[in-house]
Amino acid sequence: MDEAVELWTYLARDPLLWLTVTLLAYVTAERLSDLAGRHPLANPVLIAVILLSALLLVTRTPYPTYFEGAQFVHFMLGPATVALALPLFDNLTRVRRTLLPMAAALLAGSLTAILSAVGLAWIFGVRGETLLSIAPKSATAPVALGVSEAIGGQPSLTAVLVILTGITGAVMATPMLNALGIRDWRARGFAVGVAAHGIGTAHAFRVNSTAGAFAGIGMGLNAVLTAVLAPLIVALL
Amino acid sequence: MIRNISVLLVFQLAGESIARGLGLSIPGPVLGLAGLFVLFLARPAIADGMRTTCQGLLGHLSLLFVPAGVGVTAHIATFGENGLALIGALIGSTALAIVAGVFAFLGVARLTGAGDESDG
Repeated sequence: MDEAVELWTYLARDPLLWLTVTLLAYVTAERLSDLAGRHPLANPVLIAVILLSALLLVTRTPYPTYFEGAQFVHFMLGPATVALALPLFDNLTRVRRTLLPMAAALLAGSLTAILSAVGLAWIFGVRGETLLSIAPKSATAPVALGVSEAIGGQPSLTAVLVILTGITGAVMATPMLNALGIRDWRARGFAVGVAAHGIGTAHAFRVNSTAGAFAGIGMGLNAVLTAVLAPLIVALL
Repeated sequence: MIRNISVLLVFQLAGESIARGLGLSIPGPVLGLAGLFVLFLARPAIADGMRTTCQGLLGHLSLLFVPAGVGVTAHIATFGENGLALIGALIGSTALAIVAGVFAFLGVARLTGAGDESDG
């Protein structure tokens, strides 16, 4: 028994354990998602997060300890973002043909995301610093955190809201757009990238490669536009 | 493979350096994306060479968000008493933003003759 405790104490501190567990949780989540016929609610990010959070809770592992292992996965977000240049390049003809529709969708999606987030939160009684923190929630995390800080929000709260927005968008996009009868993968992907950044883009790639390419463009452009719009809108309010 | 990952890292590094150096609010990787895209335009053969690596990374994009997602449960206390209000606003706003984006795209596509690429 003592030996088991000793082994656990050693492993629990080693990055290897939590890196491995993160990958296993994701493989399990993908498997479950496939078993559920890729039902939108069976989103692999959502399932893996629930599995890992439960595990951290049960083993009383603090998040920083977990992140020491998981950071190697987290780090790959940067190179993966750069890799979005490939689907953009592959869809060049399509992208050229849809510059104006994309500009319109970017403006509409970005404005709606910021204004409705702040508006709805205000209606629900949120005020002050917390209200400002939700404004950039649809932008990719590094931009959203910077914007939040600049407009007087709480970056740590914004970080949580950004991730939840991504998961929400990934879960609701497919059933909602199917119900609306939207079948254009360019429009679907782009709107999801604008509204739900990288997690929405990851979902779009799982559904359709054209949707994924357009989602990546939407995410990148909204990162830039939110950085410009959110401070302006907050100044006007 | 290693060469391709090095290319991605070099563009990310260049993007980060430019973003920091010029004090831009655009994230470094997004600038790196733009830079690599320009390289692909100039040398399409490079895009073909990097295809397997890029598609491999993007095929598992969901995995890369898991550590940050776990962070949400660790920081859920930051919600305080506003939890339900914030989640309500977030769900409503995300739905509205997707719908606004989709209809703006399709509306302008119809006007500019970019058509509707519906499958079936």
